[in-house]
Amino acid sequence: MSQTIAKTLDLRGLACPLPIAKTAVAIRELQAGELLEAYATDPGSVPDFNAWAKTTGNELVEQTEEDGVFRFLIRKV
Amino acid sequence: MAMVATETTMEDLARELQEHEREHERAKHDKLVIIAWSGELDKVWPQMIMATTAAAMGMQTTIFFTFWGLFSLVKTDVGLTGENWMQKMVAMMDRPGMEHLGLSKMNFAGAGPKMMKHLAKEHDVASPGELLEMARDLGVRLVPCQMTMDLLGLKREDMIDGLGEPAGAATMLLEAQEAITLFI
Repeated sequence: MSQTIAKTLDLRGLACPLPIAKTAVAIRELQAGELLEAYATDPGSVPDFNAWAKTTGNELVEQTEEDGVFRFLIRKV
Repeated sequence: MAMVATETTMEDLARELQEHEREHERAKHDKLVIIAWSGELDKVWPQMIMATTAAAMGMQTTIFFTFWGLFSLVKTDVGLTGENWMQKMVAMMDRPGMEHLGLSKMNFAGAGPKMMKHLAKEHDVASPGELLEMARDLGVRLVPCQMTMDLLGLKREDMIDGLGEPAGAATMLLEAQEAITLFI
Protein backbone atom coordinates (compact mmCIF):
# COMPACT_ATOMS: atom_id res chain seq x y z
CA MET A 1 0.00 0.00 0.00
CA SER A 2 1.47 3.30 -1.04
CA GLN A 3 1.41 6.34 1.22
CA THR A 4 1.09 8.88 -1.58
CA ILE A 5 -2.19 10.73 -1.66
CA ALA A 6 -4.17 9.85 -4.75
CA LYS A 7 -6.64 12.70 -4.48
CA THR A 8 -7.25 15.86 -2.45
CA LEU A 9 -10.70 17.33 -1.88
CA ASP A 10 -11.38 20.90 -0.84
CA LEU A 11 -14.65 20.84 1.10
CA ARG A 12 -14.03 24.04 3.03
CA GLY A 13 -17.12 26.18 3.52
CA LEU A 14 -19.50 23.37 2.58
CA ALA A 15 -22.28 22.30 4.94
CA CYS A 16 -23.99 18.96 5.56
CA PRO A 17 -24.52 16.79 3.57
CA LEU A 18 -22.10 17.98 0.88
CA PRO A 19 -18.77 17.04 2.53
CA ILE A 20 -19.85 13.40 2.84
CA ALA A 21 -21.73 13.29 -0.47
CA LYS A 22 -18.78 14.77 -2.39
CA THR A 23 -16.36 12.41 -0.65
CA ALA A 24 -18.53 9.44 -1.63
CA VAL A 25 -18.52 10.59 -5.25
CA ALA A 26 -14.76 11.24 -5.28
CA ILE A 27 -13.73 7.97 -3.69
CA ARG A 28 -15.31 6.02 -6.55
CA GLU A 29 -12.41 7.01 -8.79
CA LEU A 30 -9.83 5.59 -6.40
CA GLN A 31 -8.48 2.04 -6.35
CA ALA A 32 -8.75 -0.02 -3.17
CA GLY A 33 -5.92 0.88 -0.80
CA GLU A 34 -5.39 4.37 -2.23
CA LEU A 35 -5.52 7.45 -0.01
CA LEU A 36 -7.96 10.35 -0.21
CA GLU A 37 -7.33 13.59 1.63
CA ALA A 38 -10.21 15.95 2.45
CA TYR A 39 -10.27 19.41 4.01
CA ALA A 40 -13.50 20.64 5.64
CA THR A 41 -14.58 23.45 7.91
CA ASP A 42 -17.98 22.15 8.99
CA PRO A 43 -17.55 20.98 12.63
CA GLY A 44 -20.33 18.44 12.01
CA SER A 45 -18.08 16.73 9.48
CA VAL A 46 -15.97 15.28 12.32
CA PRO A 47 -18.65 12.90 13.65
CA ASP A 48 -20.03 12.49 10.12
CA PHE A 49 -16.74 11.31 8.60
CA ASN A 50 -16.37 8.83 11.45
CA ALA A 51 -19.91 7.52 10.94
CA TRP A 52 -19.42 7.35 7.19
CA ALA A 53 -16.16 5.41 7.52
CA LYS A 54 -17.75 3.01 9.98
CA THR A 55 -20.67 2.33 7.66
CA THR A 56 -18.82 2.07 4.36
CA GLY A 57 -15.77 0.25 5.73
CA ASN A 58 -13.35 2.85 4.37
CA GLU A 59 -10.57 3.49 6.85
CA LEU A 60 -10.23 6.89 8.50
CA VAL A 61 -6.45 6.78 8.81
CA GLU A 62 -5.96 10.21 10.29
CA GLN A 63 -7.93 13.24 11.38
CA THR A 64 -6.39 16.50 12.43
CA GLU A 65 -7.44 20.10 12.93
CA GLU A 66 -5.58 23.30 12.27
CA ASP A 67 -7.09 26.80 12.55
CA GLY A 68 -10.63 25.50 12.22
CA VAL A 69 -9.83 23.37 9.17
CA PHE A 70 -10.31 19.64 9.60
CA ARG A 71 -8.20 17.26 7.58
CA PHE A 72 -9.33 13.69 7.01
CA LEU A 73 -7.14 11.01 5.51
CA ILE A 74 -9.12 8.07 4.18
CA ARG A 75 -7.96 4.78 2.76
CA LYS A 76 -10.39 3.25 0.29
CA VAL A 77 -11.46 -0.24 1.28
CA MET B 1 -24.89 -41.36 20.00
CA ALA B 2 -28.16 -40.60 18.29
CA MET B 3 -29.00 -38.14 21.11
CA VAL B 4 -25.74 -36.25 20.62
CA ALA B 5 -26.41 -35.97 16.92
CA THR B 6 -29.86 -34.49 17.59
CA GLU B 7 -28.47 -31.96 20.07
CA THR B 8 -25.87 -30.82 17.59
CA THR B 9 -28.56 -30.37 15.00
CA MET B 10 -30.64 -28.25 17.36
CA GLU B 11 -27.62 -26.14 18.17
CA ASP B 12 -26.87 -25.73 14.50
CA LEU B 13 -30.44 -24.74 13.87
CA ALA B 14 -30.39 -22.13 16.64
CA ARG B 15 -27.13 -20.74 15.30
CA GLU B 16 -28.53 -20.66 11.79
CA LEU B 17 -31.62 -18.84 13.02
CA GLN B 18 -29.50 -16.30 14.84
CA GLU B 19 -27.36 -15.76 11.77
CA HIS B 20 -30.49 -15.32 9.70
CA GLU B 21 -31.86 -12.72 12.11
CA ARG B 22 -28.57 -10.87 12.12
CA GLU B 23 -28.52 -10.86 8.33
CA HIS B 24 -32.06 -9.54 8.29
CA GLU B 25 -31.05 -6.66 10.57
CA ARG B 26 -28.00 -5.96 8.43
CA ALA B 27 -30.09 -5.92 5.28
CA LYS B 28 -32.42 -3.43 6.89
CA HIS B 29 -29.56 -1.06 7.57
CA ASP B 30 -28.38 -1.31 3.98
CA LYS B 31 -31.53 0.12 2.50
CA LEU B 32 -33.48 3.36 2.83
CA VAL B 33 -36.88 4.17 1.39
CA ILE B 34 -38.18 7.73 1.65
CA ILE B 35 -41.82 8.39 0.93
CA ALA B 36 -41.67 12.01 -0.18
CA TRP B 37 -45.20 13.25 0.38
CA SER B 38 -44.56 16.91 1.25
CA GLY B 39 -43.83 19.64 -1.24
CA GLU B 40 -42.60 22.40 1.03
CA LEU B 41 -39.04 23.67 1.02
CA ASP B 42 -38.43 22.83 4.67
CA LYS B 43 -39.54 19.23 4.11
CA VAL B 44 -38.13 18.62 0.64
CA TRP B 45 -34.75 19.72 1.99
CA PRO B 46 -34.49 16.91 4.57
CA GLN B 47 -35.84 14.44 1.98
CA MET B 48 -32.88 15.32 -0.24
CA ILE B 49 -30.33 15.50 2.59
CA MET B 50 -31.27 12.05 3.91
CA ALA B 51 -31.28 10.51 0.43
CA THR B 52 -27.87 11.86 -0.63
CA THR B 53 -26.29 10.94 2.69
CA ALA B 54 -27.74 7.42 2.69
CA ALA B 55 -26.47 6.84 -0.84
CA ALA B 56 -23.08 8.26 0.14
CA MET B 57 -22.99 5.75 3.00
CA GLY B 58 -23.52 2.93 0.56
CA MET B 59 -27.20 2.36 1.29
CA GLN B 60 -29.46 1.34 -1.56
CA THR B 61 -31.76 4.36 -1.59
CA THR B 62 -35.16 4.94 -3.16
CA ILE B 63 -37.41 7.99 -2.98
CA PHE B 64 -41.05 7.45 -3.81
CA PHE B 65 -42.58 10.81 -4.74
CA THR B 66 -46.28 11.09 -4.07
CA PHE B 67 -48.90 13.85 -3.74
CA TRP B 68 -47.26 17.26 -3.13
CA GLY B 69 -43.84 15.62 -3.17
CA LEU B 70 -44.27 14.95 -6.88
CA PHE B 71 -44.16 18.68 -7.66
CA SER B 72 -40.44 18.67 -6.78
CA LEU B 73 -39.81 16.55 -9.87
CA VAL B 74 -41.50 18.94 -12.30
CA LYS B 75 -39.03 20.86 -14.47
CA THR B 76 -38.65 24.41 -13.20
CA ASP B 77 -39.30 25.98 -16.62
CA VAL B 78 -42.52 24.07 -17.27
CA GLY B 79 -45.45 26.49 -17.16
CA LEU B 80 -48.83 25.43 -15.90
CA THR B 81 -49.22 21.66 -15.61
CA GLY B 82 -52.46 19.70 -15.81
CA GLU B 83 -54.81 18.64 -18.55
CA ASN B 84 -58.11 20.04 -17.29
CA TRP B 85 -59.04 23.26 -15.49
CA MET B 86 -59.07 21.67 -12.03
CA GLN B 87 -55.56 20.23 -12.41
CA LYS B 88 -54.38 23.57 -13.83
CA MET B 89 -55.99 25.30 -10.85
CA VAL B 90 -53.99 23.12 -8.43
CA ALA B 91 -50.75 23.93 -10.28
CA MET B 92 -51.66 27.61 -10.19
CA MET B 93 -52.21 27.60 -6.43
CA ASP B 94 -49.12 25.50 -5.74
CA ARG B 95 -46.63 26.08 -8.54
CA PRO B 96 -44.65 22.90 -9.33
CA GLY B 97 -40.86 22.81 -9.61
CA MET B 98 -37.98 22.66 -7.17
CA GLU B 99 -37.39 26.43 -7.41
CA HIS B 100 -40.95 27.32 -6.44
CA LEU B 101 -41.36 25.56 -3.11
CA GLY B 102 -43.04 27.37 -0.22
CA LEU B 103 -42.39 26.93 3.49
CA SER B 104 -44.69 24.94 5.80
CA LYS B 105 -44.53 27.83 8.26
CA MET B 106 -43.55 31.49 7.93
CA ASN B 107 -44.23 31.39 4.21
CA PHE B 108 -45.46 35.04 4.09
CA ALA B 109 -46.48 34.77 0.43
CA GLY B 110 -43.03 33.70 -0.63
CA ALA B 111 -40.97 36.09 1.50
CA GLY B 112 -40.09 33.27 3.93
CA PRO B 113 -38.60 30.93 1.31
CA LYS B 114 -36.65 33.81 -0.23
CA MET B 115 -35.13 34.58 3.16
CA MET B 116 -34.39 30.91 3.78
CA LYS B 117 -32.64 30.54 0.42
CA HIS B 118 -30.62 33.65 1.13
CA LEU B 119 -29.53 32.22 4.49
CA ALA B 120 -28.70 28.90 2.86
CA LYS B 121 -26.47 30.58 0.30
CA GLU B 122 -24.75 32.56 3.04
CA HIS B 123 -24.02 29.35 4.95
CA ASP B 124 -23.06 27.32 1.86
CA VAL B 125 -25.95 24.94 2.31
CA ALA B 126 -26.77 23.20 -0.97
CA SER B 127 -30.25 23.88 -2.37
CA PRO B 128 -32.76 21.01 -2.68
CA GLY B 129 -32.31 21.23 -6.47
CA GLU B 130 -28.55 20.75 -6.23
CA LEU B 131 -29.07 17.89 -3.78
CA LEU B 132 -31.56 16.22 -6.11
CA GLU B 133 -28.92 16.26 -8.84
CA MET B 134 -26.38 14.87 -6.43
CA ALA B 135 -28.83 12.14 -5.40
CA ARG B 136 -29.19 11.15 -9.06
CA ASP B 137 -25.38 11.05 -9.41
CA LEU B 138 -25.09 8.85 -6.35
CA GLY B 139 -27.56 6.37 -7.79
CA VAL B 140 -30.65 7.18 -5.73
CA ARG B 141 -33.74 5.74 -7.43
CA LEU B 142 -36.35 8.45 -7.96
CA VAL B 143 -39.75 6.86 -8.41
CA PRO B 144 -42.81 8.99 -9.21
CA CYS B 145 -46.22 7.80 -8.05
CA GLN B 146 -48.30 6.91 -11.10
CA MET B 147 -51.63 7.61 -9.41
CA THR B 148 -50.62 11.14 -8.36
CA MET B 149 -49.32 11.83 -11.87
CA ASP B 150 -52.75 10.95 -13.24
CA LEU B 151 -54.54 12.87 -10.50
CA LEU B 152 -52.57 16.05 -11.08
CA GLY B 153 -52.32 15.61 -14.83
CA LEU B 154 -48.52 15.46 -14.82
CA LYS B 155 -46.88 14.00 -17.92
CA ARG B 156 -43.45 12.39 -18.17
CA GLU B 157 -42.26 15.27 -20.34
CA ASP B 158 -43.22 17.76 -17.59
CA MET B 159 -40.77 16.05 -15.28
CA ILE B 160 -36.98 16.03 -14.98
CA ASP B 161 -34.83 13.34 -16.63
CA GLY B 162 -33.37 10.34 -14.89
CA LEU B 163 -36.50 9.19 -13.10
CA GLY B 164 -37.41 5.55 -12.55
CA GLU B 165 -40.56 4.01 -13.99
CA PRO B 166 -43.70 5.45 -12.34
CA ALA B 167 -45.06 2.92 -9.85
CA GLY B 168 -47.72 2.36 -7.22
CA ALA B 169 -48.03 1.68 -3.50
CA ALA B 170 -47.40 -2.07 -3.86
CA THR B 171 -44.01 -1.47 -5.51
CA MET B 172 -43.06 0.95 -2.76
CA LEU B 173 -44.18 -1.41 0.02
CA LEU B 174 -42.24 -4.30 -1.50
CA GLU B 175 -39.20 -2.04 -1.69
CA ALA B 176 -39.72 -0.99 1.95
CA GLN B 177 -39.93 -4.54 3.29
CA GLU B 178 -36.28 -4.81 4.18
CA ALA B 179 -35.55 -1.11 4.48
CA ILE B 180 -35.58 1.75 6.91
CA THR B 181 -38.58 3.76 5.82
CA LEU B 182 -39.20 7.47 6.30
CA PHE B 183 -42.39 9.34 5.52
CA ILE B 184 -41.57 13.00 4.99
